[in-house]
Amino acid sequence: MLDDFLIRAGLAALGVAMAAGVLGCFVVWRRMAHFGDATAHAAVLGVAMALMFGWSIFAGVGLVALTMAVLIYELTGRGQAVDTILGVLSHGALATGLVAVTLIPGQRVDLDAYLFGDVLTVTRMDVAIIWGGAALVMGVLWSHWTALLTATLNPDLASASGINPRREHLILTLLLAAVVAVAIKVVGALLITALLIIPAAAARGFARTPEQMAGLAAVLGAISAVAGLRVAVMLDTPVGPTIVCVAAALFAIGTVVTKLRSVGV
Amino acid sequence: MSLVQVEGLSVRYGARTALSRVSLRVEPSEIVTIVGPNGSGKTSLLRAIIGAIKPLQGRVLQASSLKIGYVPQKLHIDETLPITVSRFLKLPGGVTAADIDYALTQAGVPELEKAQLSQLSGGQFQRVLLARALIAKPDLLLLDEATQGLDQRGSASFYQQIETVRQNTGCAVLMISHELHVVMSASDRVICLNGHVCCEGTPDVVSAAPAYRELFGSGTGGALALYRHEHDHHHHHHDHEDAP
Repeated sequence: MLDDFLIRAGLAALGVAMAAGVLGCFVVWRRMAHFGDATAHAAVLGVAMALMFGWSIFAGVGLVALTMAVLIYELTGRGQAVDTILGVLSHGALATGLVAVTLIPGQRVDLDAYLFGDVLTVTRMDVAIIWGGAALVMGVLWSHWTALLTATLNPDLASASGINPRREHLILTLLLAAVVAVAIKVVGALLITALLIIPAAAARGFARTPEQMAGLAAVLGAISAVAGLRVAVMLDTPVGPTIVCVAAALFAIGTVVTKLRSVGV
Repeated sequence: MSLVQVEGLSVRYGARTALSRVSLRVEPSEIVTIVGPNGSGKTSLLRAIIGAIKPLQGRVLQASSLKIGYVPQKLHIDETLPITVSRFLKLPGGVTAADIDYALTQAGVPELEKAQLSQLSGGQFQRVLLARALIAKPDLLLLDEATQGLDQRGSASFYQQIETVRQNTGCAVLMISHELHVVMSASDRVICLNGHVCCEGTPDVVSAAPAYRELFGSGTGGALALYRHEHDHHHHHHDHEDAP
């Protein structure tokens, strides 16, 4: 079954979209979209390093995303103008990555594959790594759910309950780096944040509890992944952007439906 | 022994000293209020007690197995985070439906169980936060300007609720308040803070203390008088009502 490249692509997209959907809820609740962008953009630098030193793409991207995430985490703990710093780091890393990729001797690199993803070329090994990473992210979210949620609601409330809010923030940061690493081949560096935010935002209007929102975001992410792949094959469009288009369409439909319900139609 | 004992606590943010050598104790079942001007370190003191900030010097001792219920100054629930009151109250884990009922009733808002947190009014929200603090049946309630943003009637009824909670559960209360007349009526003990402890004692003692008058001006004597006036008036009113 895994011999079929479409099945492999579907599984890869599904794994990434579901993990990103759940983690994305925290990104939305904590307003970490810029944070996600910066970590994801740094992935291009990771790609350059991986190609230069002959590492696996996952390892290169994972390492750089992790470094970036921890760097931002440290900086944001010191009350600096976070927006500006994230802007500098995000675009600085992206530009450095783009330049570094062209400097690699002896090969012409297809940049599009890393900026927008190239899920149709994933191998069995890639699928295994993606699902391993996605399962890890889901597992950590599951086991830390209460602590993460309490720290998200209010850091002091968390402290009073014996939860260290900075530690929970760090955990989210690391999970974000993990999602970036597994998502790079599926949607590419530029669209990872979309996969985090759009399903979560689409789920918001239909949820009454955080758990409902997270579950629904995972489902919407999964629908976007599978439907996006089908549409891309039908129309011969790039898969990563098509998946994001489907997610955005779901968000639009969800918003309209919520609005209509709220006015009692 | 004391529920909480703070010894020689100093807190610093960068070059600014927020608290210097503050010591205090809270005994079981007493209501202690901290007053002080803006930037006097009141919130820092509470945050140090719950362990949210590390002191530069000194220490905070808690009675063994002390359960603290904390009501933060303000809690902004992001619109993007859907959460019902009952889910919010269940967050600490091991909370039953009966616990939720009990806590909401104690806080005076039993009807809010199914409501969305982001849809509550200011007063309702503070009471839900109070319920959240009460749900673990704490020995000590910490309130940080819990009535901020409430009108006078709202905050008066909130502090009445605190008094009722104390009577019903026997928990001690350590709170920060701006509302001097409320403080004077509702507290067993008042601590006047301005980076350090200026003075402390019963409301009468503190309001007469020179350090307190210096901080709040002579007008605050008036605040106490005003309160007493209201109090007398209240009794007077009662007589009237009883008369016919």
